[in-house]
Amino acid sequence: MANRWQVLDRGPVIPGGSSVAYRTGDWRQLRPVLDLPRCVHCLFCWLYCPDSAILVRDGQVVGVAYDHCKGCGICAAVCPPRANAIRMVPEGAP
Amino acid sequence: MRTVAARRMALVGNEAVALAWRQIRPHVVAAYPITPSTQIMERFSQYVAEGEVDTEFLPVESEHSALSACVGAAAAGARVLTATSSQGLALMHEVLYIASGLRLPIVMNVGTRALSAPINIHGDHSDVMGARDAGWIQLFARSVQEAYDRTILAVRVAERARLPVMVCLDGFTLTHSLEPVEVYPDEAVQAFLGEGPQGGYSLLGEEPITVGPLALPDSYMEFRRALAEAHARALRILEEETEAFGAHFGRRLPALMEPFEMEDAEVAVVILGAYADVVEEAVRRWRERGERLGMVRLVVFRPFPTEELRKALARAPEVVVLERADTLSGLGGPLGVEVRAALYDLADRPRVTDGIFGLGGRELRDRELDAFLRDGPRGGVIYLGVEEPPCP
Repeated sequence: MANRWQVLDRGPVIPGGSSVAYRTGDWRQLRPVLDLPRCVHCLFCWLYCPDSAILVRDGQVVGVAYDHCKGCGICAAVCPPRANAIRMVPEGAP
Repeated sequence: MRTVAARRMALVGNEAVALAWRQIRPHVVAAYPITPSTQIMERFSQYVAEGEVDTEFLPVESEHSALSACVGAAAAGARVLTATSSQGLALMHEVLYIASGLRLPIVMNVGTRALSAPINIHGDHSDVMGARDAGWIQLFARSVQEAYDRTILAVRVAERARLPVMVCLDGFTLTHSLEPVEVYPDEAVQAFLGEGPQGGYSLLGEEPITVGPLALPDSYMEFRRALAEAHARALRILEEETEAFGAHFGRRLPALMEPFEMEDAEVAVVILGAYADVVEEAVRRWRERGERLGMVRLVVFRPFPTEELRKALARAPEVVVLERADTLSGLGGPLGVEVRAALYDLADRPRVTDGIFGLGGRELRDRELDAFLRDGPRGGVIYLGVEEPPCP
């Protein structure tokens, strides 16, 4: 059996799309909670989310991918004040 | 052995490199020209403009961008070339490590030059020596012919070793000197080089890859260990590919080093690059007088050919290193430090004297070299051509 470094001859190359399988949701301290009836589906949250964690189907916001959401709060910050459809709540709070 | 018909042309070093580039037909060249390697880019961009080569030519806004573009293109599977000098190489510094760490076969010609300050455009080896630990193979040409030959050879070495390669030619001494060069037919160069990088570099294929992800303490060290192994293996690859080059083109090049009159040498001069000609003339002069001077001209500085150098120098009681860079450590220049280190473990080791000369393009004249050698090797570090008492 070769040592681990002996199989790294190609350099640091890994399969594409591996970030989908890499869960960053457990880094979260604050959790975005959607109030969907208030949402105007402007998609600012989807546009600004650095983790592609806002789930959209047919042009409508449908939820948050909590496996990847790091809780940065950008979605809540860009949500139009009159809609005010996203609240950040402490992770683990009811 | 196959020998191709070569055409004899008068070329300065930079033109010879640009011609080699045209024949290599790289997919991508990204560059920001800088003295004394500027003409490589001038001439090559002319080839591109005239449609003589179908290369994606990227004139970017800095050397940092130039090498970054090369890294991206090489990661996508392209055959990639660039060139630089001095401050330009310094500006590429952080990207040098990325190119080697990602194991990308980029070939870069360096028209070697002093570093500021004070500003100086002339030749020495300070720039390439500043990059010596960046994980690139470093080859030094002795002549314009060799700069041309080694640029072509370096492409195959890089792609097989999966390491980036610098092909260095002494600034002005080679970059701007006109010499007769045997130029091979385009098809012969293409036949030697084949298709391009093999082995699944592709950001564009059916199966996308991630190049250069984060490697934390759980794996970073294994990658560095693998890189060290790639360098250890590169010397053999260099020997084999130089042999293949000789068989294909009919020109035998020294692979790692070039010993001259070393069989019975009592004093052996170790040198890199174009000033080997000056030393070789000194060896001839001294031999005519019956004095046993010899020379080992190193072709490769990284990886350092430790074992081969020990063998080459083992029978000479005195070794004189002549080099065009300093480490400012009080221990001498980078070549002297490494020659000493390589010889240290020998039971019967030669004495090493490190002569630093030619910084910022200062000439080394025959009478200065003769006087330095005649005064007798004395160990330690000596700055040639500077008026001062020698260091103890």
